[in-house]
Amino acid sequence: MIITKDIYKSFDNTPVLKGISTIFEEGKTSLIIGQSGSGKTIMMKILLGLIKQDSGTVSFGDKISSDLDRKGQMQLRKEIGMVFQGSALFDSMTIEENIMFPIRMFSDESNEQMRHRANLALKRVNLTDVNSKVPSELSGGMQKRVAIARAIVMEPKYLFCDEPNSGLDPKTAVVIDNLIQEITKEYSITTVINTHDMNSVMEIGEKIIFLKQGIKQWEGSNQEIFKTENQSVVDFVYSSNLFKKIRASFF
Amino acid sequence: MKYLTNIGLYFMMLKKVFTKPEKWKVFKTVLIKEIEDLGVKSIGIVAFISLFMGGVVAIQTSLNLNNPLITSYLIGFATKRSMILEFAPTFISVILAGKVGSYIASSIGTMRITEQIDALEVMGINSLNYLVLPKIIAVLFFYPLLVMLAMTSGVFGGWLAAVLTGLFSSEQYITGIQLDFDITLIRYAIIKATIFAFIIATVPAYHGYHVKGGSLGVGRASTQSVVWTMVIIILLNYFLTQIILG
Ligand SMILES: Nc1ncnc2c1ncn2[C@@H]1O[C@H](COP(=O)(O)OP(=O)(O)OP(=O)(O)O)[C@@H](O)[C@H]1O
Ligand SMILES: [Mg+2]
Repeated sequence: MIITKDIYKSFDNTPVLKGISTIFEEGKTSLIIGQSGSGKTIMMKILLGLIKQDSGTVSFGDKISSDLDRKGQMQLRKEIGMVFQGSALFDSMTIEENIMFPIRMFSDESNEQMRHRANLALKRVNLTDVNSKVPSELSGGMQKRVAIARAIVMEPKYLFCDEPNSGLDPKTAVVIDNLIQEITKEYSITTVINTHDMNSVMEIGEKIIFLKQGIKQWEGSNQEIFKTENQSVVDFVYSSNLFKKIRASFF
Repeated sequence: MKYLTNIGLYFMMLKKVFTKPEKWKVFKTVLIKEIEDLGVKSIGIVAFISLFMGGVVAIQTSLNLNNPLITSYLIGFATKRSMILEFAPTFISVILAGKVGSYIASSIGTMRITEQIDALEVMGINSLNYLVLPKIIAVLFFYPLLVMLAMTSGVFGGWLAAVLTGLFSSEQYITGIQLDFDITLIRYAIIKATIFAFIIATVPAYHGYHVKGGSLGVGRASTQSVVWTMVIIILLNYFLTQIILG
C-alpha cells in the first residue's frame, strides 16, 4: 500500500501538483489519468523519489519514504519495478542482459540461474527468440514488453507504469493492460499506472485518480467514472465521439 | 553566479561518483568495456596525429636552422623536447577532449533523456557511480599509455621525415634525440596527462548527466563539454607548467 498526503510541487514558481492525497492498494491496478501536462509523470516520479516534492509525504507501507536515508531509499527501491514512458531499456545491452541486469546487480546467482529467470520473465510477457537482440531491433510494443519483464524479474512489491501502452495499436495495448493486471493479481503487487487511454480505464481501472492542472478532481472505480456528474471528468472521458455515443446509450 | 553553481554541482557529482561500486564483478566488466571504448579506440588517431606532427616539427626545425654554428643535432633534440613537453600531454589531451569528451557527454546525455538514468536510480543503483567511475578509472589508467605512444610515434615521425625528405640525416637525428635525456620531463608529462585525463572524463560526464531538453540538449551539452574541457586543459596547462617546472 502506498499513501500520499498533500503532495505539492512547483517548478520555477509554477505549481504542477497542488495537494494530492490518495491511497494505492495492494493487488489492485490504480490508474492516474488526466490530460497531457496534468502532472501524471511528475506525480509518479515523486512517488518513486526521483523528484522531491516541495511538501507532503509518500509512505510505502509504514515507511515514510522521505524520512529514509540514502541506504533505506536504495533498499526500498529494490522492491520497486518501473516501466518508463519510453521503455528506457539500456541500449548498450542485449534484451537478455537488460532483464538480467537487476538480478546481476543485487544477487549472487550464477549465469544459468539468471538466464533461467530472465527467460521466465520473457515468457510471462509472451516474448521468445529475442534474447540476443538489442533494444533498437525490437518494435515499440516488444520494447514495452521487455520493459515489463525487466520490471517484474525481481518480483517487486510495487509496480509503476508510465503510459505503458502509448504508441501501441489497440490490440497490443489491451494485451499489455491485461498482462499488467494479471501480474498484479498473481503476485499481489501495488500497481500504479499513468494513462490517458480510456480503453485502459475500462479494462483495468480498479481505482482511478483524475488529475487536472495538478489537482485531484475525482477518484473512484471504472464502474463509477462513467456515471459521474463531475464536469471535468465528463469532459475528459467523453472527449471522443465514440465515448459520447456510449454515454448517450447509457441515459 | 551560474558558474559557481555549476562548479558546486560538479564537486557534488564527484562526491557521488567516488563511492563503493554496488558489485565489483559488474564494475570490472564495465571498466573493461570503457577501456576499449575510451582508450583502445583512440590508439589509431593518437598514433596518426603524433607521427605527422613529429615529422612537421622536425622539418620546420631543419628549415629554420640556417645558422651553420648551430649543429643539426638540434633537430632531433627539439623534436623530442616538444613532443615530450607539450605535444604529447597537452595537444593530444585537447584532441581527446574532442573525441572522447563528446562521446562521454552524448552517451550519458542520451541515457538521461531516454530515462535510462532514471531506470538505474529506480533500481536502487547509484547511477553516477555506475556510469562515471569506470570512465574515470579507464582514462586514468590508459591515457598515460596513450601519451607515451604519442611521444614515441612523434619522435619516430621526425626520423621518418629525415629519411623521406633528406633535409637532415638520420644519424644526426638519432644522436639528437639521445642528447640530454631527462626522465623528470617524462614524469612531468605523465603527471600532466593524468590530470587532463581526469578532466576529460569528468567534465563531459557532468554536462551529459545534467542535460536538459531532448536530443537538441544532448547536442548542446556535447559541444559545451568539449569547449569547457579544452578551456580547462589549456588553463591548467599554464598553471601546472609553472608549478611543476617553474
Ligand atoms: N523538469 C521540469 N521543469 C519544469 N517544468 C516541468 C518539468 N517537468 C514537467 N514540468 C511541467 O509539469 C507539468 C506536468 O508534467 P508531466 O510530465 O507530469 O505531465 P503528464 O501528465 O505526464 O503529461 P503526458 O501525458 O504528456 O506525459 C507540465 O506542465 C510540464 O511542463
Ligand atoms: Mg507523462
